[in-house]
Amino acid sequence: MFELLGVPPQALFGQVLLGLINGSFYAILSLGLAVIFGLLNIINFTHGAQYMMGAFVAWMCLNYLGLNYWAALLLAPIIVGATGIAVERLLLKRIAHLDHLYGLLLTFGLALIIQGLFRNQYGSSGLPYAIPPQLAGGKNLGFMFLPNYRAWVIVASLVVCLSTWFLIEKTRLGAYLRAATENPTLTQAFGINVPLLVTLTYGFGVALAAFAGVLAAPIYSVNPNMGGDLIIVVFAVVVIGGMGSIMGAIVTGFSLGLVEGLTKVFYPEGAATVIFVIMVLVLLVKPAGLFGRPA
Amino acid sequence: MKLKMFLAASALAAVMASPALAQQISVKAGVLNDRSGLYADLSGEGSVIAARMAVEDFKAADKGIKVEIVSADHQNKPDVGSTIARQWYDQDGVDLILDVPTSSVALAVSQITKEKNKVHINSGAATSDLTGKACNANTIHWTYDTYALAQGTGGAMVKAGGDTWFFLTADYAFGHALERDTAAVVTKAGGKVLGAVRTPFPGTDFSSFLLQAQASKAKVIGLANAGGDTINSIKQAGEFGIVAGGQKLAGLLVFLTDVHSLGLQAAQGLVLTESFYWDTNEGTRAWSDRFSKLNGGKRPTMVQAGVYSGMLHYLKAVEAAKSKDAAAVVAKMKELPTDDPLFGKGSVRADGRKMHDMYLFEVKKPSESKGPWDYYKQVAVLPADQAFRPLSESECPLVKK
Repeated sequence: MFELLGVPPQALFGQVLLGLINGSFYAILSLGLAVIFGLLNIINFTHGAQYMMGAFVAWMCLNYLGLNYWAALLLAPIIVGATGIAVERLLLKRIAHLDHLYGLLLTFGLALIIQGLFRNQYGSSGLPYAIPPQLAGGKNLGFMFLPNYRAWVIVASLVVCLSTWFLIEKTRLGAYLRAATENPTLTQAFGINVPLLVTLTYGFGVALAAFAGVLAAPIYSVNPNMGGDLIIVVFAVVVIGGMGSIMGAIVTGFSLGLVEGLTKVFYPEGAATVIFVIMVLVLLVKPAGLFGRPA
Repeated sequence: MKLKMFLAASALAAVMASPALAQQISVKAGVLNDRSGLYADLSGEGSVIAARMAVEDFKAADKGIKVEIVSADHQNKPDVGSTIARQWYDQDGVDLILDVPTSSVALAVSQITKEKNKVHINSGAATSDLTGKACNANTIHWTYDTYALAQGTGGAMVKAGGDTWFFLTADYAFGHALERDTAAVVTKAGGKVLGAVRTPFPGTDFSSFLLQAQASKAKVIGLANAGGDTINSIKQAGEFGIVAGGQKLAGLLVFLTDVHSLGLQAAQGLVLTESFYWDTNEGTRAWSDRFSKLNGGKRPTMVQAGVYSGMLHYLKAVEAAKSKDAAAVVAKMKELPTDDPLFGKGSVRADGRKMHDMYLFEVKKPSESKGPWDYYKQVAVLPADQAFRPLSESECPLVKK
């Protein structure tokens, strides 16, 4: 039988597809980070905790309010996004004029506090959350069994990523945003409410994280550490793509998911480190990242 | 004159009495485990509560033994665990370290305990090397080990016709030991190991590895992992239709808290091996009721029960040895039979292995469960001498052959 590097091609297709599915989580999360960094110049270390909050809000919706997955998919980003807006107004705004480092420390501390509070309340081993009945089961594609839910994850994240890209790069609102990024003072002089724009952008970035959290709830264990484990990888993705680059975050997210997926086949022990090896290589060759512009 | 005589007499009496006062032994016990990561629910604060209950039940204060309990988070990292263990032994006057889940950390702490000549009673870690080639005279391995897990779950699966295996192995000391011990049981029973994949620890997405396991066409997929890794593997195996496709999952180390987190819908039918379950008899139920009141309603895991039982036996040994000298206490622990309501009667072997029965459980269907924490039905009892590695096969230098 024909084999590619010792692996049957059918198995390889399956692994490529799985890599893309994991890449969709990286893409949505790094997109949120890129949007926030692009406009606020804040390295949002709370992102992982906000992703975790998304998953927990989905769980709470189901167990306290009896609301199903689809309602949670809509509600969780709104609720967690609203907490993000509160964080921006109450905390981040006060340090906006200071160095990056202050924002990083503040958001990092916040992430630890949020994780600690959830751990205290819900323990560390996680909570059960079932796949919605409409998406249970799967299809046999010949080369692999594709669960319907995973197919949904990839579709949903592609739609969200591309609409975000379209919103920022192709619409009038996006043009205001980009203008405010380039030169906030001048943009404000044209009568655009920059502080409001900043707040809403942060809220939107956080909502993206929560959306990814709800997507993740049925397939990964819903536990307080779920974001902390993921966020470091996502930061590497953002750095490789280029800080602040929207398309860079999306493309890098999917392709690194792919690379990681293939590593799991050929050298599983290295799957946790391959992204960081790539990060080092990219930084050596292109310090601004693959899609970033040198500052 | 009379007054002087009286004073001298009382002074003399005080001097005479002081040896009796010196009999007061003060012991400092450190509970070292995961307090924030994936093993925090199965060990964590619950183990500290269990240790305190042991001190209370032993009535240590009435017997002239003063016990202080401290605790710390080793974050599942051998370097962090080693630093804390050294500081506890060197500066804080800690006499024994309890619990220590995560095999890589346990092996490091056991080594330091030997260097400093203190006592380590391990409840949380799994590797059978603690009483095998890495054994020492200062370490006692209490609750379970990879050998017993392999005998229990591995043996039962092969007996039920699962004679070809593929392993998903957490890539560190524990996973390697569990895979090795289980593969030995499988091959000895005439089965075959078709392959294994080493998964980075801790992991989130196991679908890629599960697909490799699926492609191997092995009848049984052995999960040589624990905690969050096991939860994610079982959850995702369901998603990818692995069990529906006829392959069986063997959770080689599954704790009560993992089943609680998975929910019975996802976990039903899983066969697993443990040495303690709260709903076994009157004694375990009564103790577990007290425990769960102190632990926010959560039922104890076997790890937490093991910390209680180990602490209790240590105190008995200190009382019998009238000293907290490590060599004397460990000798007493090995000499005295163990007995408590949680594990019943047992003993501590020369290699430091605590001997008690292990149980094979099956996770109940949602319809069979009366509510939260009512999860297991007992399938079989493995007598201690079959569950644990016989001394004749031991690589431990303490065992004279």
